[in-house]
Formats: sequence, structure tokens, C-alpha cells
Amino acid sequence: MIDLKENLVSRHLVFNEKNQKNKWIDDLRHEAIEIFDKEGFPNKKNEEWKYTNLAPLLKTDYKLFPESEEISIGYQDVKRYFIHDMDAYNIVFVNGVYSSYMSDTTHEEADICVLSSAMNKMVHQSVIENYYSKIASKDDGLISLNTAFFKDGAYIYVPDKVVLSKPVQIMFFSTAKENEVMYHPRNLIVLGNNSQAQIIERHQTLNGKANLTNSVTEIHVGKNSELDYYKIQNDTEEASLIDNTFVEQERDSRVSFQTFSFGGKLTRNNLNFVQNGENCNSLLNGVTVIGGSQHVDHHTKVVHKFPNCESHELYKGIYDENSHGVFNGKVFVHPEAQKLNAFQQNNNVLLTDKAEIDTKPQLEIFADDVKCSHGCTVGQLDETALFYMQQRGIPKKEAKALLLYAFAADVLEHVQLPQIKKRITTLIAQKLGVKIDFDL
Amino acid sequence: MLTISNLHAQIEDGAEILKGINLEIKPGEVHAIMGPNGSGKSTLSSVIAGKEDYEVTQGEIDFENENLLEMGPDERAHKGIFLSFQYPVEIPGVTVTNFIKTAINETRKAQGLEEMGASEMLRLIRENAEKLGIRKDFLSRSLNEGFSGGEKKRNEIFQMMMLNPKLAILDETDSGLDIDALRIVADGVNAFKNENNAVLVITHYQRLLDYIVPDFVHVLSNGKIIKSGGKELAHELEARGYDWVIEEAAI
Repeated sequence: MIDLKENLVSRHLVFNEKNQKNKWIDDLRHEAIEIFDKEGFPNKKNEEWKYTNLAPLLKTDYKLFPESEEISIGYQDVKRYFIHDMDAYNIVFVNGVYSSYMSDTTHEEADICVLSSAMNKMVHQSVIENYYSKIASKDDGLISLNTAFFKDGAYIYVPDKVVLSKPVQIMFFSTAKENEVMYHPRNLIVLGNNSQAQIIERHQTLNGKANLTNSVTEIHVGKNSELDYYKIQNDTEEASLIDNTFVEQERDSRVSFQTFSFGGKLTRNNLNFVQNGENCNSLLNGVTVIGGSQHVDHHTKVVHKFPNCESHELYKGIYDENSHGVFNGKVFVHPEAQKLNAFQQNNNVLLTDKAEIDTKPQLEIFADDVKCSHGCTVGQLDETALFYMQQRGIPKKEAKALLLYAFAADVLEHVQLPQIKKRITTLIAQKLGVKIDFDL
Repeated sequence: MLTISNLHAQIEDGAEILKGINLEIKPGEVHAIMGPNGSGKSTLSSVIAGKEDYEVTQGEIDFENENLLEMGPDERAHKGIFLSFQYPVEIPGVTVTNFIKTAINETRKAQGLEEMGASEMLRLIRENAEKLGIRKDFLSRSLNEGFSGGEKKRNEIFQMMMLNPKLAILDETDSGLDIDALRIVADGVNAFKNENNAVLVITHYQRLLDYIVPDFVHVLSNGKIIKSGGKELAHELEARGYDWVIEEAAI
């Protein structure tokens, strides 16, 4: 039996020699591999991983990069995975390597480029040193593993008072045919003060070989800035994703994070928010529609440290066949975080007896003048409603889809970009196996 | 048009509700089924519409020479059967307009017709809403959600007029309606009525039958039709109650 952890640790030395950056980064990598060596992969004894078992995924001896494989995809092959009906900056990676010919980056109104090259340029040094590996937690095995092996990812720096003229799409494609691969993409996104950005992120596998992506994204949002972030997860049955995202907000900032999970073998979203100032607003929304034996786990955490802040969290899930959903929503309210308004809701529909959802709100409140609410529901489709709709001539499958779409619709109301809303609606219809024009 | 012969139906736990119903409805006719609570009136309408909670153990239902019992509820709807529900279901997130458009176009698709164009759809919606005194903002609300009893019933008749079925079954459509609403609903049904379609009114009280005048009145008791007659039978039932018919049938 292979020991993936040992293999990774022993391969690190060679990896680090080949990918030397500068002393600061190299030191971080050394430190990180030591933490990973100590912590390892999380197992089911860890309360945070009680319902998501990584063990079956760790039996594969992943390659760190599909080194020998030729990359031969063009934009036309992958166009459909982009939101291609709007103008956008694109940062594209294929098998963990930056693809300049499919990307559209800039250094004009902002820096929208790749992290590996930004790390080699003096001009970006202060931003990178201020934020890289500072926002993500350091004592975590998976995050350390990413820090130790990261090769590339997106670097976005939006200076003060800049409203990005168009959204940014960050795309990670995997084409590995020969080997199972483990990817460690790393994104750093920094918004200065009074700036605005919209970002879409997607990981997409184009071939049948199993892969595991252990992604880390660090985000800093400055004073009075606004970030709108979308994750579209609709990967193949062989692809697994562990997404670790950390958002740090300064005062008067607004961040909305919307995760759409429709595919993949196993998807774990660790979404962490820290509000570092007054009057912050955080929105965490998600729609999950899965079937087969797919597994989607949303672990969210919002830390409120200052007064007059808000957080709104709404996750809806539809689980068919043998699929398994997990929702764990933590809200921490520090004693100083008075006049807080925190709302959390998780609603689920199970379409079969074998589908499963484990949902757990977790609120720790140490302030007395706050408004915090939470709730979760698990239900089935209303048979009476289905009969009613069928009686009006709507076939059962379409009736189901219409009910489920209506169930998820209030989450979609927060999607600001119409092109994304349209894409999500189409994906939901596809997932439910119907051809209904929902936006009649 | 509709021929029901020796229909027996039971609920899942095995209790028999319908115990041999015979009924024939021809185009252009209005039939009323009356009867005390628990006699099986709503079960009959659910069985005709194809609700899966009931099992038909004996008998047949033919609609325009086709065996209805082999069809799902949606297929029956496509053939032209409409049931106005006693308790219309609330469907949050689906607007009245969105719902009716989907229903019409799914029906047209099943009938091999083109989808209805947006402008024709709008014209029809406006026309029928006006006839029933339905306000515009009502059409963009979630279907039946937070509607009053009267609004729900009016919405059922609105859908009936939009879908223009061959056979409309009105299950206790008068319950929850005040006299003005009752008149509007009845006017709608009377406007819909012609020599090619038929109406089956299911009601506990004779009140609605003053406005929608039946050609035939049937009394349902304990799962059987025990007496049939003309519209005057409804008045007699109103005046004398059901007991005398039940006693008469027992002899």
C-alpha cells in the first residue's frame, strides 16, 4: 500500500530544487512541508472531516505535474467552459502551467497575471510579502501541502480607487491522460481601498484520468471595496477538489461569494471569512445539485471582530441518487462585534432514500447586542404539488425541475452578472435533465 | 366523451372508496355530482385526473374512446381533462404567468403543436384575467402562495380558461367564495362552456348550481351513484337534505 504523505514529503526536496524562487519563498516552503509532515492529511477522527472521507482519494500515488504530457488544447476546445459571451480578463492554466496563448492579462488598470512571475518582480514584492501566506491559516496540513508544492496560480492586484472594467476568469484545465495528478494551484487576490472587482473561478478536467486539486486562494479586500466572486464547480466524475479560500475584509467592504456545485467526484469547499473592521458585509451563497455518488461538502466560517457588521449565508442543496451533501456553517462573534446582523440558512431536498445530507450550524456568540439567526431544513419534493402541476399538463420530470428550480431561485437572485445567471440556470436545467426555458 | 363503468377504487391502506360508479358525459353537457361529506366525490375527481394515491381495482374510464386509466396525469391533461382543485397547491417561486405558460406549451408540445408565441400568450392572459377581474400584479405573484381561498379558486378558473380543456371538473369550486366571487367564477365557466366541451361540477351545496345550471344531477353516497335526475333534483336536495335519497336507495 502506498503512503501518499511519505511519498510527497520525500519528493519535496527535488521539487524545491527545481523550482527555486527566492529565499523568502523557499523558507516558506520548507516550513510548510514540515507542517505537512507533522499534520498530514485530515482523517475522519478530525471533527471537521467527520462526514467527508479523503482516505479513498489518498490511495493513488499522484504525480505532482503531468510532466511528460504534451498540452495540445486550443481555446476552441475549451471555450464552452468560459463565460464566453462577455468581455473578460482570462488567466488560464493547463495542467498547472500558465497558458499565455489562452489568457488575456493586463498590467494597466490593475495587475491581472500569474503569481509565479509576479513573485520574481520587485514591483509586486511588497504586496506579495504583505499578503502571501499571511491570510491562509498556517497550521493546516492541506494548506501547508499547497504552500510546499505550489507552482502557479492567479495574481490579481487592484489598486486603490480602481473599478475593474471587466470581470476576471481564472480557469484551471487538466488534460492528463497518462497519470493521476495532484494539483496545488495558489491564487492571491488583493483589492486596495475603494476598488471593485468581479471574479469567476473554475477547475475543469478534460480527460478521464483521476485527479485531485488542493487549491488555496487568499483574498484581501481593502476599505470600502467590493468583491463579487463566483465559483463554478461542474467537473467530471473522476475529478476531486479541495478548495481552501480565505477572505480578509477591511472596514466598509462588501464581499459576495457564490459557489455553484454541480459535479466532481468529491468537492470540499472551505470558505473562511474574517472581518477586520467596522461595517463589513459578507455574503456567502451556494447552490448544490448533485447525483450519482457525488459528494459536496461546504464548510464555511465567518469571524466577526468589529461592530456594525453583517453576514448573510444561504446554501441550498438538491441531492439525487446516492449523493452526499455536507454543510457546516460556523459563525464566531467576538465580544467587540456588537450590533451585528448574522443570518444563516441551509435548505436541502433529498430526491431519493439513499441520498444523504449532514447539516450543522455552529454559532459561537460572545457579544450581547447582536441579531443572529440560523436554520436548516431537509425535505422531499411535495408530491401534491407534483400532481397539481402534472394535472396542468406539465410532465413529471419537468414539474420536478420547475419545483427544484423554484427552490433554488432565491439564491440566484444575488448573481449580479446576467451572463453568469444564464449559465447557472442552463447548468441546473442540464443537471435536472430538462429543456425548460426557466426565464419565461 | 367520458364513460365511467363499474369503477371501484381504493386508497393505499385498502379501504374501498368508490364502489361501482357508472357515469356518462356527452359533449355540451353539464353534470353535477352532489353528496354528503365522505361520500367519495373528491376521490372520483382525483381518480379521473389520475392521482396516484388511489388504486383502481375494477371498472373502466374511457375518454373519447381511449382508456384513461393507462395514462399519467399529464397525459390526461394533454387529452383535455382539467381538474379545478378543491385545495389548490401553493408553489413558491413559480409565478402564475410562468406556470401557465409552461403548462400551455408543454400541452402544445405533447399535442404536436408549435409553442404559443409570446404576444398571443400575453393577449390571452390579459383577456382571461380581465374576464375574471384578476389584477395584473396578481399574475406575477408565486402560484397560490398567500392567496385567499377566493383568489385560489378564481386562479383555478383562470387556468381552465387558458388551457381550454374538453372536460372541466370543478371540485368544490364554490367553497371559500363569497357571492360576488361566485358569480364571477360562474360567469367564467358559462363563457367557457360550448357544445363541444363538458363540465362536471362536484359540490356539497346547490348554491353554485343556481349559476352553473346542470343538465344532470347525480347523488353520490357511500361510493355509489344512488340517484340521478335533472336540475330540479338539486333544489329538492337543498330543501330536504340527503337522508331521504339514501333511505330511498336502501329500499
